[in-house]
Amino acid sequence: VSFSPADIISTVEFNHTGELLATGDKGGRVVIFQREQESKNQPHRRGEYNVYSTFQSHEPEFDYLKSLEIEEKINKIRWLPQQNAAYFLLSTNDKTVKLWKVSERDKRPEGYNLKDEDGRLRDPSMITMLRVPVLRPMDLMVEATPRRVFANAHTYHINSISVNSDYETYMSADDLRINLWNFEITNQSFNIVDIKPANMEELTEVITAAEFHPHHCNTFVYSSSKGTIRLCDMRTSALCDRHAKFFEEPEDPSNRSFFSEIISSISDVKFSHSGRYIMTRDYLTVKVWDLNMENRPIETYQVHDYLRSKLCSLYENDCIFDKFECVWNGSDSVIMTGSYNNFFRMFDRNTKRDVTLEASRENSKPRAILKPRKVCVGGKRRKDEISVDSLDFSKKILHTAWHPSENIIAVAATNNLYIFQDKVN
Amino acid sequence: MFVRGLKRKCFDGEEDIEGTLAGIKAIPSYNLQRQSLLDMSLVKLQLCHMLVEPNLCRSVLIANTVRQIQEEMTQDGTWQMINTQSTGQASLDRLVSTDILCRSSREQAEGKHVPGYSTFSKDFEGNQAQDSSETMSTASSVQAPRNLQSDVWEMENPQENKGNFQKSLDQIFETLENKSPNSVEDLFSEVDNSYYDLDTMLTGMMSNTKMGHCDGLETFSSPTTTPSNSNCKSDLNELDHIVEILVES
Repeated sequence: VSFSPADIISTVEFNHTGELLATGDKGGRVVIFQREQESKNQPHRRGEYNVYSTFQSHEPEFDYLKSLEIEEKINKIRWLPQQNAAYFLLSTNDKTVKLWKVSERDKRPEGYNLKDEDGRLRDPSMITMLRVPVLRPMDLMVEATPRRVFANAHTYHINSISVNSDYETYMSADDLRINLWNFEITNQSFNIVDIKPANMEELTEVITAAEFHPHHCNTFVYSSSKGTIRLCDMRTSALCDRHAKFFEEPEDPSNRSFFSEIISSISDVKFSHSGRYIMTRDYLTVKVWDLNMENRPIETYQVHDYLRSKLCSLYENDCIFDKFECVWNGSDSVIMTGSYNNFFRMFDRNTKRDVTLEASRENSKPRAILKPRKVCVGGKRRKDEISVDSLDFSKKILHTAWHPSENIIAVAATNNLYIFQDKVN
Repeated sequence: MFVRGLKRKCFDGEEDIEGTLAGIKAIPSYNLQRQSLLDMSLVKLQLCHMLVEPNLCRSVLIANTVRQIQEEMTQDGTWQMINTQSTGQASLDRLVSTDILCRSSREQAEGKHVPGYSTFSKDFEGNQAQDSSETMSTASSVQAPRNLQSDVWEMENPQENKGNFQKSLDQIFETLENKSPNSVEDLFSEVDNSYYDLDTMLTGMMSNTKMGHCDGLETFSSPTTTPSNSNCKSDLNELDHIVEILVES
């Protein structure tokens, strides 16, 4: 099966009600899916997602000064909470953030005085009477328009955007800096974190992800390539270079290797919906931290520990630098993250049970129940198990999303989007 | 792009050890493994500046790994010992002898008859059997035999070859460590003629050491047969690209 690299999905995000699901791809496009209204007439079509709108968000650019291309790949999409009939989302590539308005049009005015139905201007001398234009129904049209373009504020590649709980500001983070924006102002932003050293040869650590606290609009966290998380309070100073809290787990000396730092690099950080915990993803694990305890995580989950003995190969083929994301379910009781071979993992924090599932067409028919998968780690391999050496490392699930209140998940497997729902009854 | 099913690569997964001299062939020594990792990392950093725009996070992590290895080799005495034998300017003639150096490394890995070498490897192998995790992590346990390994290294390789290789390596580290106050990606994106030779050598070295103990690995992108050509071509492509832009604007 061949596909264009531009179709590779690079981000997935539900909106705040779960009615809409947005995906961004390597080609700079955004596709929004909308959940069908449930109807009593067709109960089996329980809330399916269909394409609602597609638009080109970013185009490839060329930086003439550096003689380098700026990719149009959409790194992140974040929705704004809905405040009127229209939907708003932020989408970003490596350098530029854009605010898009997605709105419906299902009526159009007819009966203009000065122009005819085709839009051509009428000869004023031919107009003999006045009329009031009326709105008539038309086929539903969904249009996306760029409302703001926030450009030229990032020297390095943007890895995160996060909408503040005040709904007036948002932040964008690149490898070395974090900027705070007001939605209304595009020609300036406040720099709130700057870890660029005066002498670039001293650079040993970069920012990998950042997010605002879900309720406290003055608080945010950012993670680093050294496996640390810093929580900052914007009230203390304009430039939040001094953290309020510093989260780091002490290194396990028995597991130390030349790859220790690389696998400790955090690829994603997410606040729980409650705002009491943060979850981080590094190469082999997912960790849950209590905001009140900085010296170690309260929970650690092994995603694919069988890769620990393969780190050299994974370094050689660059897989060790893959950035996996992680998500909470609506009640913060289950966490989910992706792996290789189109596998993704879910961990129940209460029961401590976990499951490995696969997103692939061959293995799942529509409306069939997903079968749990298992990786065999040496010794005898059972019939249904797959051995570590047979895993396909080109099939990686980096991006997943969980509906804010229901058990519906979206899983991006390279160029395919899978949506799974809880079975009814 | 990626090989489906990772077979035994580099020094991962030594499940097939037979525990005899035949087994020694399959286990490169710690120093060789470390050297191989260092070479791989340096080549990765070199490749960075040929892409769209280097991923800064990846570059920083690789550079940190290189520094880590360098620090350990300095503490070892391996680094300094090699440094003191540096003979001066590297020249094209000397590249030939560097190739001999590479071949010697591989012959070492294959367990050519060297006094004391088999003893060392057996010790290391013993450690291997106990420790199923990453071999690099058993640094403390190979402390004693390492001096022996250094002696062996010295015996096998003409001193001048080692010196020249080390000199070129220093050039890379110099650039990594001290140069311009500009951004890291500028550092990595400079096309420096001296690296042309280094690329050739390192790519050649990679392919040789790779063949020594990474059978079946197809994922590594640099070609093994004509490394100089490929570097030349990508430099030319870059130049074409720039000329195109200039002409268009």
